[in-house]
Amino acid sequence: MLSKRIIPCLDVHEGRVVKGTNFVQLRDAGDPVELAALYDKEGADELIFLDITASSDKRETMVDVVRRTAEQVFIPFTIGGGLRTIDDIRRMLRAGADKVSLNTSAVQTPRLIQEGAHAFGSQCIVVAIDARSTAPGRWEVYIHGGRTATGKDVLEWAAEAEALGAGEILLTSMDRDGTKAGYELELTRAVSRAVSLPVIASGGVGTLDHLAEGLTLGEADAVLAASIFHYKEYSIEEAKRYLAQRGILVRKTGGLV
Amino acid sequence: MIGIVDYGRGNLRSVEKALEKVDFETTIMTSSAELEGVDGLILPGVGAFADAMEALKSGGWIEPITQFARSGRPFLGICLGMQVLFEVGEEHGEHAGLGLLAGRVVKFPPGGKIPHMGWNSLNLEQPSRLLEGIPNESYFYFVHSFYAVPSEKSDIVATSDYGVVFPAVVGKGNVWGAQFHPEKSSPWGLTLLTNFGKWVNEYAALSSH
Repeated sequence: MLSKRIIPCLDVHEGRVVKGTNFVQLRDAGDPVELAALYDKEGADELIFLDITASSDKRETMVDVVRRTAEQVFIPFTIGGGLRTIDDIRRMLRAGADKVSLNTSAVQTPRLIQEGAHAFGSQCIVVAIDARSTAPGRWEVYIHGGRTATGKDVLEWAAEAEALGAGEILLTSMDRDGTKAGYELELTRAVSRAVSLPVIASGGVGTLDHLAEGLTLGEADAVLAASIFHYKEYSIEEAKRYLAQRGILVRKTGGLV
Repeated sequence: MIGIVDYGRGNLRSVEKALEKVDFETTIMTSSAELEGVDGLILPGVGAFADAMEALKSGGWIEPITQFARSGRPFLGICLGMQVLFEVGEEHGEHAGLGLLAGRVVKFPPGGKIPHMGWNSLNLEQPSRLLEGIPNESYFYFVHSFYAVPSEKSDIVATSDYGVVFPAVVGKGNVWGAQFHPEKSSPWGLTLLTNFGKWVNEYAALSSH
């Protein structure tokens, strides 16, 4: 049977992994390629690199990270951050990425989802949604790394992204991101039910129990986490063992779990 | 030497890097003339069935690949590259495939999320050298919306379960296919590619005598 996925996320700034709280205050957390190879070895099911480098003239650094990762990492990996055109997408896929994640550009130019899916297949187009709660049961889409409100409803946007050909939704709760208070389960569940695409829960994980909650109560297909893995609070292996004990189907790797 | 067919429809780089990782020599082929010099062949592929067949046709690959398969040299199709080994694909209407294996490629029934994406476990249906050393219930990475229904049950080497039980590895003689992406299925995917590579090397050693 299809297993649930654990996806470490690496925020990359000018070629280094960093982690902030509520989208600010960056701390250095190592070399992305080294970390990626370690996570592959530990049994991560997939990886996501988010390039948070603000200026696009430093984009070549990220292409290099992708190229080097592709030589050492043999699980699927996604690149997001600052991809605006079909050419940007093509460049990352050619460098060895399996998927691209579109956020701001998808909201501003929804056609990019359609064109990307047409050119490279839906399976490699991930639409990332940064969501902030506006009222009970309502969330608004934010762009520009959480700085700009769009007025768009998260559930409507997720459904629109699916209709345009997105293959997956990466859903981040801005209210929870960096807080370690757990995923916003109501949001995750609402989006999971609004689309028939796989949903990756993101934002707020602080304990292994949060991972389990995201996959069960949140009805997510995959859970994303950054700091709990980067700062070695837990290993991927521990996380998988815990989830397996909770009766959640996870991938076993070479006698690991 | 393992040739990887470049017909504009696959993640060639990943396949190439994975084979390099397990120490096999590869060459990415942009023309069927290069088939002469290779001992084993990999046909990758992502996208739609008809698109892939059209690209193989316009690249002049169909007859040379068919001949390669008949020559007895090891041949592995990956994902869509596996699906086109069959006679007919039902994606966007009926389309003829390479017909190297008997059967059809059909869509998953509605109900589950499509595509079937992520890590699923294998049930080994019969012993095969391609899966040597890979335990039953090992996980592999899948991304697909269609699956093969071989006419001959004996062509099914391993299956997976996604609401329906479908073939994950198929094979007959020297022609094999994996529905998953071995190049993205660390660690067992690399084991499968190693098995394929060894087979290619054995074939090369035999044919040089």
